[in-house]
Parts: sequence; C-alpha cells; structure tokens
Amino acid sequence: MSESFEPLLDVRGVTLQYRTAQRIVTATHRVSFSVFPADRFVLLGPSGCGKSSLLKAVAGYLDPVEGEFHLRGRQIKNPGPDRMMVFQEFDQLLPWKTVQENITFPLLSTKRLPKAEARERAAYYIDKVGLSAFAGAYPHTLSGGMKQRVAIARGMAMEPEILLMDEPFAALDALTRRTMQDELLRLWDDTKFTVLFVTHSINEAIKVGNRILLLSPHPGQVRAELDSLPREDPDPAALLGLERHIHDMLFA
Amino acid sequence: MNQMTPPPKRPDREYAVTAFAGLDAVERPIPAWERIWNQGWVRKVVLIVLLAIVWEGYGRFLDNELLFPTFSATVEALLANLANGVLPNRAATSIKVLLMGYTIGVSLAMLLSVAAINTRIGNDLLETLTSMFNPLPAIALLPLALLWFGLGNGSLVFVLVHSVLWVVALNTHAGFRGVSPTLRMVGRNYGLRGFRYVVAILIPAAFPSILTGLKVGWAFAWRTLIAAELVFGVASGAGGLGWFIFENKNQLEIPSVFAGLLTVILIGLAVENLVFRTVEARTVRRWGMQH
Repeated sequence: MSESFEPLLDVRGVTLQYRTAQRIVTATHRVSFSVFPADRFVLLGPSGCGKSSLLKAVAGYLDPVEGEFHLRGRQIKNPGPDRMMVFQEFDQLLPWKTVQENITFPLLSTKRLPKAEARERAAYYIDKVGLSAFAGAYPHTLSGGMKQRVAIARGMAMEPEILLMDEPFAALDALTRRTMQDELLRLWDDTKFTVLFVTHSINEAIKVGNRILLLSPHPGQVRAELDSLPREDPDPAALLGLERHIHDMLFA
Repeated sequence: MNQMTPPPKRPDREYAVTAFAGLDAVERPIPAWERIWNQGWVRKVVLIVLLAIVWEGYGRFLDNELLFPTFSATVEALLANLANGVLPNRAATSIKVLLMGYTIGVSLAMLLSVAAINTRIGNDLLETLTSMFNPLPAIALLPLALLWFGLGNGSLVFVLVHSVLWVVALNTHAGFRGVSPTLRMVGRNYGLRGFRYVVAILIPAAFPSILTGLKVGWAFAWRTLIAAELVFGVASGAGGLGWFIFENKNQLEIPSVFAGLLTVILIGLAVENLVFRTVEARTVRRWGMQH
C-alpha cells in the first residue's frame, strides 16, 4: 500500500565506518529503509548496532563509505536545517541565549522568517511544550526535562522535512520520560510531523513509533522492520507479545 | 543464626498535608548586615582599608620618607599631581598606547586562533609560534623595537602586541577546543559555516576562556608598558606613567613615585572591577557558564 507513496527519506545500502587511531570499525553494514511522510519511524537496537551513527549520517555529520541517503530525492551531503536534530545531551541549547532566543536563532540565521514572525512562531511552540512562563529564562536555570522540551520546540519551530531524535529522553528520570513520550505523541497529533527516533528501549519504541526498524549489533544490520501497535487500545497481551517477539529477535 | 522471619504486614496509610498560608511561613528575609557583607565590593573595600592602615602604620614607624613614605604622604602627592594635571596627562598617554597595543594584539590573537581551529596547519602554526615567543619577555624585544621603529609609540605598541598576542591566542584556542561536540553539531545543524559559525557558536561557547585570556593579556600589557616606559622614558615630550615614576625617582620625590605606582594600581582595580566584572556579569555568569 505504501508503495504508491514517495518515500520522504530513502536509505539505500548504507555502510558506515569509524576511523580510530588504530583501526577502522564498521558501525553499520548495508542498511536500507524508507521513511514516509508523517511516519514516527524508530531505529531500535542494543548499543553497538550503529543506530546513532545512522541518525548522525542522516543528519549529515557522517559520510557513508557505501550507499546513499536521499531526502525527497536529493542526496544528503552536509548538515542542514531541513533535518533538525534533537540530541540526548542537555547541553544542546546555546547557554548564552534565552529559551525564546534559542528557538528564534535558527529561524533568523537561516532567514526562514523575519524577526516578528520568528518571535510569534517561537511563542507558539513554547506554548505547545508548556514553557510559556520560562520564555525569558536561560537554559542553565531549567531542569533536564524542560531543556529537552525546548530542544523539541526548537526542532519543530523550524518545521523541518524530518525531525531527528537521538535518544532524546534517555537521560531523563523514568517519570519525566513517560510524560515526555506522551507529550511528543500529542504534538504529533497536532501537526503530523515526520520523525526518525533512535532508542534502545523496546518499550519506548512500541509506545512512540508507528514503524520500527530492528538492528542487530556488530556491525549494525537490519533484523526486521515491523509495525508498532495501534496507540488507541493498548491491549496488554498484544503489547507483551510484541515486546517478547522483538526481544527474541534481538537477543536470540 | 537467627531465623529469617518475613517483615510484618503493614496497612496502607494516607496523611493530610498542611497547607501553608503565605510565603512568610516558608521564606524569611536575610538580615541587613549579612546582605551588605554579601556584596563583594564591600568586603574588598574593607580589605583595602585594612591594607592602607598597615601601610600608614609601617610608614610612621619607619619615619623615612625617602625609603617608604606613609599612605597619607602618598595620597597627598597623588592629589597634588592630580590637581596640577601632570598625573592625568601621563595616565592618558599610557592608556592611549596601551589600548592601541591591546586592540591590535587581541585582533591578531583572534585571527590566529580562528585559523588554528579551522585548519591543521593553522593549529601547528599557533602551537609553534606560542611555544617560541610566549616565554620571551616583551622587554627583551625593546632594544630591537627601538632599532626598527625608533623612539616613539611604534616601539611601545610593538612590545605591547607581543605581550598580549600569545597569551590571548593560547586561551582563545584552548576555549575553542573545549566547546562541546553537541554544541558544534547544533551550530552545523543550523547550516552555519566559516565566519558566522565562529561568531555565533565558537566565541560565545568559549567565552569563559577568552575572558581569562583578555584579563591576563591586559595585566601583561600594563606590566610591559610601565617597564618599557621606565627603560626608555619619554617620546616627543609626552611621557607616560612609567616615565612619571622614573622622573620622580631621579628627583628623589619618593611620595610621587608611590603616587605613580598607586595610580597604576588604581587603574588596574578600576578596569578589573568595572570593565571585566561587568562583562562577566552580563555574559558568562548570566549564561550559567561560570559561577
């Protein structure tokens, strides 16, 4: 069915390698997948499966030694604001800018919007992530969860072709993580953006994603690509079944 | 050994939480004297007053104006020289040359560090040049400078640039290298490159180190300038503070020598506490990069 659509992001036979002082390490081996508009596409796998490397390569920080990345038919070569990244680290916000300025800065520096409109859009997304009271605050005064919210708002305000999220909730405490997952889904319900999401948590993958790519480690290879469960009725038996199925594929 | 008994079964309990009416119950103001003592400048002024008292006491005990004039005699000489316009004049001459050398030195340091962070050969150039020239005292270059630029501000500016350039470049470069990889990636994610990347990401992110470099460079520049003026004195009738000190020593006006030294100290204190402290408060402290 999805074959009739054009994929938004097309990853074809990508091999990624790291070069350290002593050796060359293969992070992924001939990985292929396609992400379609409004997908919540999850890259899932244990550490060492190259999922973060894949995301960094989609972002343009890493060149593949084999294979190609195409975004709407154009080959990806450099980092750019059409693929906004949300990192795991809390230090991804510019400490010398307030919450609002952090969101308007990329809008202004890429000349997407004039000043007044950039401010308006920033205010809109700050409100969406529930941080209106902190628009003038500097990042160091915020908690980890709030910083990640700002990073997500910054990414969404740019309205990129695809939002790239590199384990954005991994450094949060369990309670905040669950709230953030719910918030992300709520934001998606509003704007139906496309997101490529990296995680090592099976539970998070099923909850956040609609489509899951399983990667096996050393080097990363595609093990499976599956649909997640429908969000509306979380049938406990089906959830447990899918979790176990994924677990078995990854560790058997 | 004692037998393993399971812990007793306890009922679930719920408690009512006391509601506090206003903020008064939770917050209390800090007493006035503590708030005053919490001001950094108050503590510093107290320290300076104490030092002045010790100085005055020792000067009176020694009772030898040629060796160690008292604080009051120094202040008297300072006020007299301020009133007759000599000291402001000399200070202005020094500061003018100082700012010239400092600005040129800092600009060159920035160019060098930007080249060093962007290219490998620039990095090698910076490392080699700093390891060669940083240990070289600026005063040692003065004879050469006099030969090349003659008796005038040119020579002073040359040695000033030398004293500022390397330390600022070293600190700036260290700061650039310390910028977190995440912030670098964020900058590139925005599509920033080259000059805009340096200005929008690297310089603010490295600002704590850059500021340290600027402060140390400023101190080095002062030392070098006063020393250089002491060595070769006056150029075209308009000497600086170093010349003022030298001249008064020759005339055995020791309180005025002290007044000259005191002026250097006062300018240093003013720049540190007014200029650098303000910059710090508005930047790195506000951004939470320094506490």
